[in-house]
Amino acid sequence: MAEPDAAAPSLPTHGNGVLLSVDGLCKHFPLPRGFIGTLTNRPAEAVHAIDGISFELQRGEIMALVGESGCGKTTTALTLMGLLEADEGTIRFNGEDVTHLGKRGEAPRATIAALERQSFRREPSFQPTLTMKGLRRQVQMVFQDPYESLNPRATVYETVAEPLEVHGLAGTREQLLERVRHALADAGLNPAEDYLWRRPHELSGGQRQRVVIAGALILEPILLIADEPVSMLDVSIRAEILNLLDELRTRRGISVLCITHDLGTAAYFTDRIAVMYLGRIVESGPTRAVLAHPLHPYTQALLSVIPVPNPRLRRKRMILTGETPNPVHLPSGCRFHPRCPIAKTHCAEADPIWREVTPGHWTACHEAVAPG
Amino acid sequence: MTERPTNPPLLDVRNLSTHFVTSEGVFRAVEGLSFRLERGESLGLVGESGCGKSTAMLSLLRLLPAAGRIVSGQALLDGTDLFGIDESDMRAIRWHRISMIFQGAMNAFNPVRTVGDQIAEALVFHGLARDLGEAEPRVAELLEMVGISGSRRSQFPHQYSGGMRQRAMIAMALACNPQVVIADEPTTALDVMIQAQILELLERLQRELGLAVILVTHDLSVVAEICHRVLVMYGGVLAESCEVDGIFNQPMHPYTRRLLGAFPDLSRPEGKLVSIPGYPPRLNALPPGCRFAPRCTEVHERCRQEQPKPREVLPGHWVACHLHDAGAANGRT
Amino acid sequence: MIKRRGRWRERWASIVGLLGHNRMGLVGLAMLGLAIGVAILAPWIAPYDPDTTIRVTIEDIYAKPSAAHPLGTDDGGKDVFSAFVYGARVSLVVGFTASLISMLIGGSVGLIAGFYGGRLGNLLMRLTDIFLVIPDLPLMIVIVAMVGPSLWNIIIVIGILGWTGTARIVRSQALSLKERQFVLRARAIGAGNFHILRRHIFPLVLPLIITNTVLVISLSILEESTLSFLGLGDPTTLSWGGMLNFAFTRGAISSGAWWALVAPGLGIVWVVLSCTLLGNALEEAFNPRLQSHHLQGEERMIARPAQPEASDT
Repeated sequence: MAEPDAAAPSLPTHGNGVLLSVDGLCKHFPLPRGFIGTLTNRPAEAVHAIDGISFELQRGEIMALVGESGCGKTTTALTLMGLLEADEGTIRFNGEDVTHLGKRGEAPRATIAALERQSFRREPSFQPTLTMKGLRRQVQMVFQDPYESLNPRATVYETVAEPLEVHGLAGTREQLLERVRHALADAGLNPAEDYLWRRPHELSGGQRQRVVIAGALILEPILLIADEPVSMLDVSIRAEILNLLDELRTRRGISVLCITHDLGTAAYFTDRIAVMYLGRIVESGPTRAVLAHPLHPYTQALLSVIPVPNPRLRRKRMILTGETPNPVHLPSGCRFHPRCPIAKTHCAEADPIWREVTPGHWTACHEAVAPG
Repeated sequence: MTERPTNPPLLDVRNLSTHFVTSEGVFRAVEGLSFRLERGESLGLVGESGCGKSTAMLSLLRLLPAAGRIVSGQALLDGTDLFGIDESDMRAIRWHRISMIFQGAMNAFNPVRTVGDQIAEALVFHGLARDLGEAEPRVAELLEMVGISGSRRSQFPHQYSGGMRQRAMIAMALACNPQVVIADEPTTALDVMIQAQILELLERLQRELGLAVILVTHDLSVVAEICHRVLVMYGGVLAESCEVDGIFNQPMHPYTRRLLGAFPDLSRPEGKLVSIPGYPPRLNALPPGCRFAPRCTEVHERCRQEQPKPREVLPGHWVACHLHDAGAANGRT
Repeated sequence: MIKRRGRWRERWASIVGLLGHNRMGLVGLAMLGLAIGVAILAPWIAPYDPDTTIRVTIEDIYAKPSAAHPLGTDDGGKDVFSAFVYGARVSLVVGFTASLISMLIGGSVGLIAGFYGGRLGNLLMRLTDIFLVIPDLPLMIVIVAMVGPSLWNIIIVIGILGWTGTARIVRSQALSLKERQFVLRARAIGAGNFHILRRHIFPLVLPLIITNTVLVISLSILEESTLSFLGLGDPTTLSWGGMLNFAFTRGAISSGAWWALVAPGLGIVWVVLSCTLLGNALEEAFNPRLQSHHLQGEERMIARPAQPEASDT
């Protein structure tokens, strides 16, 4: 297990070092059994929203978690943020286990005691992250609906200053204003002064999204989880927001985990792509590799049907039949086999193993082979 | 497909203008829109939010909200001017000859009636059957055409998935065998795979039934997949219109060019995505000249003063831009 | 530069602006304002002090309206107009105070039940149901008969029986608010329940509470009038209901003294009507769906990611 990282968040570091490590994460939502069901003690069914996810996000990396509805990607985001509690598996942030931070942000006693025993290893500038509140200072989230993520009655200033107030970091009003101005400028809203006193209904979708990003940046996090950050914006302004996220990575070393259903967007600015289907990651690898040589038939199908603005390109489209099945009654063996164009008999019997087919490029498929 | 049609088009819209009269002024949602739709042709109507594309389509069907007024123009459907007839005649045409697949199919269904009943009702209302029972065979036929199994006829909308509701919406629109179908953002809010299924369905239906389709969308990539011609709107007016190949490989209007650059192209992943700075114009406070002038990178003085008219710059390729006025090189009109 | 000062002015301006679109609301506000003005300025408006004892002759009882007595006299020879003006005080004070109590109880119950939910929420809602089911007036009569008809007793009784409507509305609003994305964002920032209640839930529930309370005021005044009319009013004060009571029981009708009935009756109707108009106008103003922007439809036509069919994605 890696040692707690002592770098303060204001020092950006690129490249190596695992920032976020997820192993076997599961989250199930039990379905109510009803009166008769409870009486007859029928086993409770559950929606297996995420069923064993593992991935690593490097420091300074931008990774996309791609999938259609029902695949579990938003549940993953909420669980990573601590807004939902994981049922199984671990989440490690900077090497520390943050999976089960208590509801009130108190870490279990034993862990605190253990940390205290190790305290001599800590630098004075070490930022303890073992409380949920502490974690939230370093991991922030950008939500998908810019029309809904802002309180309609709050001014931009109030919204962006809120994180500072919540964490007790508010100084004098002048200091607050200064920090809010900086955050707005970092999010590309210039001149910041113009925006401070506006309410959400006076802003466009793109501006609102920037306000949300400014609010996320003001705590100087090192990881941003962006849930469909541009899906609800006009196409012609999406690039601005994506470029902003890219810039934040380059200039400030903020890592980004981007959740999206749009492979095209994901392909544009991410370093790694992980494709999800029915609660599992079916393929994960460097963006270029996944696009050029998709290993999993689901990824191949997705890539083949995504519309491309080029009418001269005639591709063979692998349109899958049917819809994503109900996550309550999962297919046997490989979850994708009922819709898979290349499914064989053994695919219905055994769950495929997660394996590395080419360096850095993993998949879970019985039939996948390395290209070339 | 590349030949000029010699017989009159199925739908000929000339100079359509629609305004909304509100307490905040007059919103000139559509101005001077003209286009033609041939039999069996698929036209993509592309534009972003607030560009007037949905308003234009609702105008054709005369289903505008109370504040909307068609202030000028003609819409000749096989010779009949849709704006010149009165409401009772329009009712005979609406759905029988031209119908619409509404955006947000999820919300277009009555939640307390079965899907089959609602389609049957449409048939009875339009005189194709005397009662719900008589409508049954056609309901089954329609559902099968769109790929919904007949047994699902007695289910309620909430029991259908999003993709299935969209299919049911398509079935409803085809109930009276129209000549023209307007599909308003049929694949927005759907997963990529379902989107592909729906587009394939629309393509197949168009071929088999000889439909003329107007596909209204903000997604240029979708248009590239299944449309013959494309019409790009901006700020309520036509910006560019031509065959689909021309839009993508020879775009002339500055807006079209930049819009193309905003869509990720998976076949060319190294390309940079562009955005268009600024915001679409407020339709009750329009600039005097070209509506795109405030955001255009190639703007001239003339653009700010005079609104460009659509001109046929190449055969079948119309552009509304001063940069492409034949003989306008020196600012001559 | 710092616009703290401007906020209240801004809020007031926005309320008047909202109402400005609704003429009936302004009318209601004006009517209520007049009633409150009359009540406040009673000592200066009333020509006679109703508490002073006077000597009366038979001509002074139920005397017709005249120059000396614009609304005539009542059964005791006292000036009806003065009694009316002072009676406004009692009716309005009881109405407003009782409503305030209802608002506080209803708002708190609704907020807690809606936001926290769970067992506590269920308990509170069952309690609300109980209060809803009990017929208000008979219960009020019984309680006031038991504890004695003092002004405060009446206020409290009306107050503790009038909160149920507010509680239900507030609860359903709080319930829906807590699922909104901006509340989720606040949690993601690390905000605790108290912060969320204070900053996000309460300010958005307050308009609803105010609107409902205005409507409750009219109910409270009616209830007070009823209690007084039935003889359960505070004997040391004379509200409009009390005036009606005396008029009825002391032969105003047979004497043809319509002024003794019409004045207090109209007073009650006036205030109830003004509250209803104002309340309805506020309701419309605060209902965001009624903000007309039919072109808003076009703005929403941008790509929406597929909504999950199951309970989550």
